[in-house]
Amino acid sequence: MSVAGQGAGPRDEIGFGRAGPRPASDGQHARPRPLAPPPAGPAAAISSTGLSKRFRGGQLAVDGVSLAVPAGSVYGFLGPNGSGKTTTIRILLGLIHPTSGEHELLGTPMPAGATSVLPRVGSLVEGPAFHPQLSGRANLARCDAADRTADPGTAADRISAALDRVGLLAAARKHYRAYSLGMKQRLAIAAGLLQPRDLMILDEPTNGLDPQGTREVRSLIREIAAGGTTVFVSSHLLAEVEQISTHVGVMRTGQLVFQGTLAELRDRGAARILVRTAEPEQAVKVLAGRGLADVRSGPHEASAQLGEQRPEEINAALVHAGVPVAGLETPRPSLEDLFVELTGEGFDVHG
Amino acid sequence: MSTAERQAAARPARRPALAGGAGPWLRFLRSELRLIFGRWRNLALLAVLAGLPVLIGVALKLSGGGDGGGPAFFDQVAGNGVFLAFASLTVLLTLVLPLTMAVVSGDSMAGEASHGTLRYLLAVPAGRTRLLAVKYAAVVIFGLAACATVAAAALIVGAILFPVGPVTLLSGNTVSLGAGLVRLLLVVLYVAAAMAALGAIGLAISTFTEHPIGAIAAILVLAVASEVSDAVPQFSVIHPYLPSHWWLSFGAILRSPAGGPELTHGLLSFAAYVIIFAAIAWARFTSADVTS
Repeated sequence: MSVAGQGAGPRDEIGFGRAGPRPASDGQHARPRPLAPPPAGPAAAISSTGLSKRFRGGQLAVDGVSLAVPAGSVYGFLGPNGSGKTTTIRILLGLIHPTSGEHELLGTPMPAGATSVLPRVGSLVEGPAFHPQLSGRANLARCDAADRTADPGTAADRISAALDRVGLLAAARKHYRAYSLGMKQRLAIAAGLLQPRDLMILDEPTNGLDPQGTREVRSLIREIAAGGTTVFVSSHLLAEVEQISTHVGVMRTGQLVFQGTLAELRDRGAARILVRTAEPEQAVKVLAGRGLADVRSGPHEASAQLGEQRPEEINAALVHAGVPVAGLETPRPSLEDLFVELTGEGFDVHG
Repeated sequence: MSTAERQAAARPARRPALAGGAGPWLRFLRSELRLIFGRWRNLALLAVLAGLPVLIGVALKLSGGGDGGGPAFFDQVAGNGVFLAFASLTVLLTLVLPLTMAVVSGDSMAGEASHGTLRYLLAVPAGRTRLLAVKYAAVVIFGLAACATVAAAALIVGAILFPVGPVTLLSGNTVSLGAGLVRLLLVVLYVAAAMAALGAIGLAISTFTEHPIGAIAAILVLAVASEVSDAVPQFSVIHPYLPSHWWLSFGAILRSPAGGPELTHGLLSFAAYVIIFAAIAWARFTSADVTS
């Protein structure tokens, strides 16, 4: 972030969230500036340079991913299933060693600094996983016992508080194997809430939840973020994270094809001009005559990319040429359209 | 977000510093022991280990004692119930004790991997070396508990069914019952050390797979293969290096004076197996990609 080195203070807020790398409009990966010495102010919560992972089978699961997740952001990590999101998250947490590239969490190089930084990071990786024969509470107690930094004196209270936060306190003594999928998912989130965290990495936290549960998780994430925690949340659905994200990164076949704010994603959509008319052929001639790109026509309409031209001038030209203009619009593609355009049609697994 | 919240974002959450000392290790070990001793399967194994000395004792009582042709110590049981403990350990060392170790050590890492709990333990972070050390410590403790269970059950049954008194050692001289029980304790520790060596092999195998059943089977096959090879005279060159070769050398503890080269060789062999296989487990686990 360009504001990172200016010290703490209100000025830091100016342009916050716009300071990330520019969108990869030229088809190149967005690459953050080279890793500089740790800045004095708030550093990026997650930064990586050229992370790649080739599995032993030869499959390139992650291909040169350079993430820049600003501190305090809610970063939606999007991409179809199989696009490399989970492998990236496993690399971030030090579960998988990258074939090349490096990364930092909260300004600490990983995996060398795992012992000191991971206690400040809560995570949910590829669905919940607990011991089926233990109760929800006993499972959380085990997670807490594994944490060297956890205070055993406050364990019971912290576990109760975490269970309460995800609405599982009443089911705390039930065996994990008796939990519904939604309850399992919540227990995994509760494990991430056993301690105050500076960063939460949540891999598909709403997977398997009903609409009500999805809403609850979304408001939980909002609440966590409001407390100052950076949230990195992956999903294969834009709609899941659109309402809560300040930033998004989009993965496709192992590559980060877009990274930036939601507004920057919206700006990528090229505006079109759409003419409603009974004489589309005439309209097409006028549009093409003005040098507009991608001219198309339908039964009662004609459209083209607007480019740098002004709609009112095009309208004047249409009227001048005698085209009966019934309506004129300048639609922009929806975020969903842009997302699908970035990730490819459908949610097929690539490779 | 407000300015205050922004500043909160910039400030690390308040967390206690890494607690030094043994406290966090012991807490994690207690959690691991609760997990192992809380599993019905493992408790059932302990029940079998306690039940078999009862069967052996009852059989010896009904048949009027050993006939001179059975396994070691069988002939002495009718004269002194304490020997039921030595006889039971000898019999159970052939299969049931190694099976118990195979189950517990084979499940140690592979079980966590198959549940997916391994990735969460590492993300906590439990620390790979620390996790491995705690897992192995728990396996060793369970092995000790298994050996102690056999000895305790045999002692109780032996005292009920047979006379108990001063213990006549294998070298012919007699020591008091108290001194005899101390020797039994040393035997239990020796057998537990043998099982700890097998547990180290099991831990190493367990780091190579996500399937606990596969690991358990592999360890058991290895133990049985070692015992079979040990019984084939043509393999005598490799006998001293087999993991199971020194298991039954605890008879040396029952001589006066106790000990001797057999016992020393046995303990050295166990130590070598622990060091080699703990190193293999460490090298494998600290470099492995956790994809489970």
